[in-house]
Amino acid sequence: MRIEFDEPKCVAAGQCAMVAPGVFDQRDDDGVAIVLDATPGPERFDEVREAAAVCPAAAIRLVEA
Amino acid sequence: MTEIEYPTTRESSCPFAPAATVREMTRDNPVGKVRIWDGSTPWFITRHADQRALLNDPRLSIDEKRAGYPHMTRARAASAPHHPQLITNTDPPEHTRLRRTVNAPFMVKRVEAQRPRIQEVLDDLIDDMLDGPRPADLVQAIGLPVPTLVITEILGAPYQDHELFQHTSHVLISHESTPEEAAKAGQAIGAYLSELLDRKTAEPGDDVVSEMAARVVAGEMTRPEAITMANAILIAGHETSASMISLGTLALLRNPDQLALLRDNSDDPKFVANAVEELLRYLTIVHSGIRRIADADIELHGTVIRAGDGVIFDLAAANWDDAEFPEADRLDLRRPARRHHAFGYGVHQCLGQSLARVELQVAYGTLYRRIPTLALAVPFEEVPFAMEGVAYGLKSLPVTW
Repeated sequence: MRIEFDEPKCVAAGQCAMVAPGVFDQRDDDGVAIVLDATPGPERFDEVREAAAVCPAAAIRLVEA
Repeated sequence: MTEIEYPTTRESSCPFAPAATVREMTRDNPVGKVRIWDGSTPWFITRHADQRALLNDPRLSIDEKRAGYPHMTRARAASAPHHPQLITNTDPPEHTRLRRTVNAPFMVKRVEAQRPRIQEVLDDLIDDMLDGPRPADLVQAIGLPVPTLVITEILGAPYQDHELFQHTSHVLISHESTPEEAAKAGQAIGAYLSELLDRKTAEPGDDVVSEMAARVVAGEMTRPEAITMANAILIAGHETSASMISLGTLALLRNPDQLALLRDNSDDPKFVANAVEELLRYLTIVHSGIRRIADADIELHGTVIRAGDGVIFDLAAANWDDAEFPEADRLDLRRPARRHHAFGYGVHQCLGQSLARVELQVAYGTLYRRIPTLALAVPFEEVPFAMEGVAYGLKSLPVTW
């Protein structure tokens, strides 16, 4: 799985950081998402899929192998 | 075809459910129309999947200044032309820029840091309630003071001014307020916040108004933007969280098996977090529809929404859409509920949602553990609901223990 993050679309709601904290974080000054691990291991697939699903701006796309 | 009048009233026999007429439209008429206060008939979208698609569709605009925008109330229609550019009335890319300037205080990390303080606030309020007479009104004892204390601390306003905040936010979100009453309340709070901004410019503290004051000085934000934003934070964070605490408690008291489950799992943060999501889904207190206007023709299920048409999304209906949440009428704290639309969906999703989650996790995780015998002090039928606002709630919740 590879995470593609469309930063200009991000509205900094932080839902990804809440659902998948080891994979996403928020930039300190404005809360825009940061991808910490663009190719997470299978143990994180569920939470990453959930993070993509709850992103209100649909800024997270997953390319599944 | 006769359109239903919207917002509809929830039936008193089933006060947690969206109105039956709305649920019928979810099932049978996914691209229907409703009639609103000015006689116009905007489109009405109730299915979860349709809301997900359209609330992220750039062909729908939130520009409330455009002719044909389906305003919530007469008062909103009257004030819309005078609003500055806000996160609540701009589309991307302007919206993205504005949201990023006001977002910092609501970041997950920042609100998580507030958790111990919120816990302290709640524990003190519970101590006071337990020391006082029985029955007590949970709305006044816990529901309202929790968000009031939290939001005043975040803004950096003194708590003794809370009556002004409570009164103003009530007037501004009630459908029963006249445009004159709303304007008067808006002016009073505007003057108060303007003065607060001056104080925080001179003597900054560790709070949101001080942060905005610095942005105004740095030229990143205008003064009217800062005041309007502070006002929006105050109002949006107030009766909404208060309603969720009180209504959530009532819903749990009506579902004793679920209340017992929550009480027994109060020390499991994951369980409590999911319980909060399910209660947000089940109650969907913002029940008067979020509004957009079409920028271009949009086809949906064979029907064409024309450019310039108004569109209303009923969030409660989507959260009770059986296609997304099987047996949606059942409160089930174990169900995966995270994809609910209680905070809306799309780029305008609630700015304060992470703060609301922490407040509710602390409230639901603490109240029933500390007061295991909590019970209604009046028959359920006598609990007075407040249905007339943008968000619904309770006028009072008499409880004993």
